[in-house]
Amino acid sequence: MPLDPSFIGRTYPPTAPYEVGREKIREFAAAIGDANPAYTDAEAAKSLGHPDVIAPPTFPFMLSFQAAAQVVNDPELGLDYSRVVHGDQKFVYSRPARAGDRLSVTISIDAIKSLAGNDVLTVRGEVHDTSGEHVVTSIMTLVARAADEAGEE
Amino acid sequence: MAVRFDEVQVGTELPAQSFPVTRAALVQYAGASGDFNPIHWNEKFALEVGLPDVIAHGMFTMAEAARVVTDWVGDPAAVVEYGVRFTKPVVVPNDGVGAVIEVTGKVAALLDDNRVRVDLVATSAGQKVLGMSRAVVQLG
Repeated sequence: MPLDPSFIGRTYPPTAPYEVGREKIREFAAAIGDANPAYTDAEAAKSLGHPDVIAPPTFPFMLSFQAAAQVVNDPELGLDYSRVVHGDQKFVYSRPARAGDRLSVTISIDAIKSLAGNDVLTVRGEVHDTSGEHVVTSIMTLVARAADEAGEE
Repeated sequence: MAVRFDEVQVGTELPAQSFPVTRAALVQYAGASGDFNPIHWNEKFALEVGLPDVIAHGMFTMAEAARVVTDWVGDPAAVVEYGVRFTKPVVVPNDGVGAVIEVTGKVAALLDDNRVRVDLVATSAGQKVLGMSRAVVQLG
């Protein structure tokens, strides 16, 4: 059953602030094998003009994806998460996330389309610091495959 | 050592890189990112849902591809936009070797305000694993 297009434009309440920690950034940078000193060495980050260590570009996905659970688990929308794959991901940055940030995500549904029987959902997460400063916009496309096509590709 | 806008032109190639991916790396990424979807570590589960084997997190591949850009510019904050399409999975066998993600990039367009668009190509086992992989980068 196709998703209800009246959900287009729906915005969910901002998430509780997530505090970005130096050691979480270090752990994430290690997991992607990235030795850029801006992620782990505050002095190196400061020499680039940052107040503290910064997070790798894809780090904010963790926050936006957690926040998108509001959409995925919305019983009124009725998305079958077992059939959902991540189709596209885009970030538009005002600045990098950095240690000490307290970040809140506001999720909106930008689009719902039906393509070849699959539901394609565009979910936007606006990430702001608690001061209200915009940090990054994370736009993800979630594809809910038609039931009989699950597993191909 | 920042890259200057007047040093690049359309077609300028970024240093290419190869990123190995092992099962251990996927477990580490699962822990760091909080994405514990079993298709990224449980072969039995992956096969049951029709995948050829355990596959890498798409966001892991996206993170690796970004390194070609951030290693080139030095300051990761120079990346002002970054987007990809996940076209094929990176299949990671449990053979002690794993997979390799190979990433190339080149300057595809010169933009206003000393910005450039970099187009990336990411492949694994001969398959293109990211499509429309583009970053807008602020140069000096």
